[in-house]
Amino acid sequence: MAEAAQDHALAAPAAAAPLLEVEDLAKTFDVSRPWLARKLAREPRLRLKAVDGVSFAIRRGETFSLVGESGCGKSTVARLIVGLYTPSRGRIRFEGTDLGALRSRRALAPFRRRMQMIFQDPYASLNPRWRVRDIVAEPIRAFGTVNGGAGLDARVAELLEQVGLAGRDDAKYPHEFSGGQRQRISIARALAGNPEFLVCDEPTSALDVSVQAQILNLMTDLQRCLGLTYLFISHNLAVVDHVSDHIGVMYLGRLCEVAPARQLFRRPRHPYTRLLLDTIPDLTLSGRERTPVAGEVPSPIHPPPGCAFHPRCPFANGRCRSEIPALRPAAGVLVACHAVEEDRLPETVRSPASSSAGLAPARP
Amino acid sequence: MALLEVEHLRIEFPTRRGTLVAVDDVSLTINESEVLGVVGESGAGKSLTGMAIIGLLEPPGRIGAGEIRLAGRRIDTLAYEQMRRIRGREIGAIFQDPLTSLNPLYTIGRQLVETIQTHTDLGPSAARRRAVELLAEVGIPAPERRVDSYPHAFSGGMRQRVVIALALCANPRLIIADEPTTALDVSIQAQIIALLKRLCREHGTAVMLITHDMGVIAETAHRVAVMYAGRLVEIGPVRDVVQNAKHPYTHGLMGSIPVIGRGAERLTQIDGTMPRLDAIPPGCAFHPRCPHAFERCRIERPDLMATGGTSRAACWLFAEQAMPELAHG
Repeated sequence: MAEAAQDHALAAPAAAAPLLEVEDLAKTFDVSRPWLARKLAREPRLRLKAVDGVSFAIRRGETFSLVGESGCGKSTVARLIVGLYTPSRGRIRFEGTDLGALRSRRALAPFRRRMQMIFQDPYASLNPRWRVRDIVAEPIRAFGTVNGGAGLDARVAELLEQVGLAGRDDAKYPHEFSGGQRQRISIARALAGNPEFLVCDEPTSALDVSVQAQILNLMTDLQRCLGLTYLFISHNLAVVDHVSDHIGVMYLGRLCEVAPARQLFRRPRHPYTRLLLDTIPDLTLSGRERTPVAGEVPSPIHPPPGCAFHPRCPFANGRCRSEIPALRPAAGVLVACHAVEEDRLPETVRSPASSSAGLAPARP
Repeated sequence: MALLEVEHLRIEFPTRRGTLVAVDDVSLTINESEVLGVVGESGAGKSLTGMAIIGLLEPPGRIGAGEIRLAGRRIDTLAYEQMRRIRGREIGAIFQDPLTSLNPLYTIGRQLVETIQTHTDLGPSAARRRAVELLAEVGIPAPERRVDSYPHAFSGGMRQRVVIALALCANPRLIIADEPTTALDVSIQAQIIALLKRLCREHGTAVMLITHDMGVIAETAHRVAVMYAGRLVEIGPVRDVVQNAKHPYTHGLMGSIPVIGRGAERLTQIDGTMPRLDAIPPGCAFHPRCPHAFERCRIERPDLMATGGTSRAACWLFAEQAMPELAHG
């Protein structure tokens, strides 16, 4: 895994050192029943490997996305990176500094300021009893980046205008805003400490499509003018394709493919990536008969042995059932699949034209 | 004759500060074995329309005007008991969250058998055989074993299959499916869409598919109705509405959907938000956000009118042959 991360860094042009590196990251949750109940029923402890050996690197100014279905561990990775969970194993390096080695709050604080998070549910992530001014000013106060009340008010107004709200909205409460506007407030709060790195956990999943377009455009604009780096978590491949430079596909706690966005969509390698791409509803009405893959994501408490995807994979063989595939370089991308390594997968090349043609171009 | 006819439906909520009109003058029809997609953003009134059809509007919501006819028979004025007999037997329903549609305290077999016996004359053992058949039909593996499991033992996708089996118990002629795939993962979503399409084809059931997901509509529906602020803004064959949207709202909505392969160009964005029910603007409800709005849009409300294509749109742009090429505009 560690080598894989380095390979990936090497495979990419060494223009800039990565801003964030994640190496062999793992998080195990104890989901056993209480001690007494367990002893009475003579059950062993139950451990859920939410994330198991994930490595990737994000370069400055880029957007790296993690995609996968519910329970694949993508949100756990996000929370591990911003420090909401402690890793069970592995390292997270920010500009080369190992965050796990920094023990004290004081030592971590400068790094915490530089990475912020936007959550999925804008209804749950804003305190309903606080005015917008206090919500947005909280990180500024906590990190002490602005001194004085007047400076603080000016900064809050500036942040609100930056995300497309009016500066005078600062006296309102969250309930006075719609879902999209609330997500704008979350973004303003995340930007308050002048971060360089934003972790966005499904930022548009709770929003209507037209509002989603507004928020995605806003995030693109902010990235361009503030030079932000994003880790973007989503289950929606079309959204991910729209925003990402690199994409990591996760399945049951592991990365199964890491590739530049364009390559992943044009030439998916891993059978699971192919499945995901095939599930995207077709807006072009090409009449393509989709063959929905049978089966569901297995429980992460009892993952299948070998490659976790093998029970649903049409190309699985004996080796897939016993040996966990490592993430290996294959023609410029990283893939964890025995079938790809042994070159026994039929080739599929999607022309991007086939999936975008038909829809009237919506450009002015 | 169409199986379902909705004419000038108006759903209102009386409040202390006057009556809020949540659905206004909606007319649509669904033919046998046809899937009509109803699409719109939250608050557009699409679910309320579905609820009105199955007679499950929550008070104080009420039908203020209009008619709903099933196979020519008026059903919006039926008494509760009569409507209860139509619900399930002639109109089935599938809701978004499969967990709240199932009773957690009963095995799914018991729930299926109860529903089957309510609506048919089958005896207990025949009803149970039918329950197993239905589970097999919706693609539940080992149905004779799973029939005695409780809902919690099923995954989200499997629960939604059980809910579909429940809706099919009496072989209804119309199914109202309200966001049936929204709570599911993408790969499961594809399975459920394929299942709905197959059932509709094999049984000749008509489906009213309510969703906010244009992709699901494009894959499943024959015709689409687009709703905005409680009104129908466009209705037509799916190909026309998806690929050659006429109404500026539909057009903006389609442009705001990220499409694989289009890369990182900006998404078309409709500025602003849908108006609240107590502040629906006069004239066309979309005019404050519409890039093509002119004087008439601000004053007079447009009805659905011919657009030159096969779809109809409620937009003054199509009133006087002054039809701009929206697709390029």
